Amino acid sequence: MTRDDPVENFLNTLLAMDRVAAKRALGDQTSADARLDVVERLVVPSLERIGDLWERGEVSLSQVYMSGRMCEEMVNAILPPPDPGPVDQPPMAIAVLDDYHLLGKRMVYSVLRASGYELKDYGTVDGDALVSRVVRDGIVVLLISVLMLPSALRIKRVRDALDRAGCHPFILVGGAPFRFDTELWREVGADAMAGTAAEGVTVVRKLLDQLPKEHRP
Amino acid sequence: MSARPMTSLERVLTTLDHREPDRVPLFLLLTMHGAHELGLSIETYFSRPEYVIEGQLRLRRKYRNDCFYTFFYASIETEAWGGDVHFTEDGPPNAGRPFIRTPEQIRTLEPPRVADCPCLIKVLETTSGLKAAGRDETPIIGVVMSPFSVPVMQMGFEAYFNLMFEQPALFERLMRVNEAFCIEWANAQLASGATAICYFDPVSSSTIVSPEHFRRTGLQVAMRTLAGIKGPVAMHFASGRCMPILEELPRTGAAVIGVSMLDDLAALKQRAAGNMPLLGNLNGIEMRRWTPEQAEEQVKAAIAAAGHGGGFILSDNHGEIPYQVTESTLLAIAEAVQRWGTYPLDVSRDGASSTPLKGPRS
Repeated sequence: MTRDDPVENFLNTLLAMDRVAAKRALGDQTSADARLDVVERLVVPSLERIGDLWERGEVSLSQVYMSGRMCEEMVNAILPPPDPGPVDQPPMAIAVLDDYHLLGKRMVYSVLRASGYELKDYGTVDGDALVSRVVRDGIVVLLISVLMLPSALRIKRVRDALDRAGCHPFILVGGAPFRFDTELWREVGADAMAGTAAEGVTVVRKLLDQLPKEHRP
Repeated sequence: MSARPMTSLERVLTTLDHREPDRVPLFLLLTMHGAHELGLSIETYFSRPEYVIEGQLRLRRKYRNDCFYTFFYASIETEAWGGDVHFTEDGPPNAGRPFIRTPEQIRTLEPPRVADCPCLIKVLETTSGLKAAGRDETPIIGVVMSPFSVPVMQMGFEAYFNLMFEQPALFERLMRVNEAFCIEWANAQLASGATAICYFDPVSSSTIVSPEHFRRTGLQVAMRTLAGIKGPVAMHFASGRCMPILEELPRTGAAVIGVSMLDDLAALKQRAAGNMPLLGNLNGIEMRRWTPEQAEEQVKAAIAAAGHGGGFILSDNHGEIPYQVTESTLLAIAEAVQRWGTYPLDVSRDGASSTPLKGPRS
């Protein structure tokens, strides 16, 4: 990495929470292709790198959050609004289980949107409400964020209820309990865990690449 | 050293003076486990001071704990401010929807008076009951949420970050209002018999804000608040990292630092030795599935990393052990402290890791 590395330069503007410099670093692309290119070349790798830095204890959560928020604002400004028609991905949703601490969910939601994915935001829900919405919406990829250990353990009940309903989404979990016990996600019946929002994007991208055809729209 | 075992208070005071007591003090920061001891639901348990007093007495006897812990649950403070609290069967009651819905509300926000809050009065009665029962042999640890961290419950994490970075005047007003409450609440607990106050401040940790931002905000809040608290204070980061800000912490006036398993305990001890006593850093979340052998290994490793020369209290790294941690694991921890924590220590510090972390990026 050098000072001329455009990703590093953009990333530094995000960590400094300098909106003006960040916009300048993104440039003033006119064509739609160039705008998409700058998102893929600068925004997504920067957010991934910031996620890695947080994982290593080198940046703070507030910097990760503000970076994601700034990127979401900039991406919304430069990319066209989402096509209201069918999107080229299976139905995805994100929820916070039994808690009003929404930050983790918000960050994953922002970074996924900034990376070009669409997903339903269920907000704070209890287990029963989550199961009925997932079944109703035919969700194929379900992201669940928790703050407290008891909420994490209740994901097992959600998984069991979805199984009973004949609904088998890919469940990706995240939140503090999973960071402090790296085996916990398996215990609660999840399919994967992500330590950071950027890691969540990586998991989703990989999953969608490998998804069997019957789950594709 | 005297022939009789030290009292818990003597043990703790000796280690805080960076000398070796008879053994490493153990602070098992148990809250909800008292309900299990009494066969009560968590909600019923916290409904009456008598229950919590009896629970703490039983827990201390069972696990040879070196403190009483009068912490009920974190959201008791938002309850005092008029917020909702939701009890569950298997964990600490959670704060309901944030009661500061818009930043504008901060302009007219006034702190509650401790004497007007039945939930806080229960804590004070518990404190005075334990003071009477403990014959001054066991430290009583009271708890406050830091003015800098409690807004996460008052208004939600996201709204708080937005306030912190985008509305500095309202942020500053919220800090001043919260500081007034925090000081009154801490001093009421001390007046009721608490020996020391644990000041939970996870937002100040380098996990949540950058060291540079901490110096401008959380550090200033802590310095002002701790200056108003009339007793010793432990500053606890509730699982957040503090290595990058360790050198700043003596400026807060804190007597002890509660540290995370995310930081290297041996490296922290090396940097803090003779200056800041440490409290920590067993992984409470993982503890739920430890075998007795793993519990012993974890205790031994922590004592090897930080026990030499005193200045160390063994505890979990979050300030509250999950309800799901079993009695057998807690007994194994207590037994391991007796075995490996008796001075002179029979564990070498050589095996303890002390890899320095890379510096943070501000």
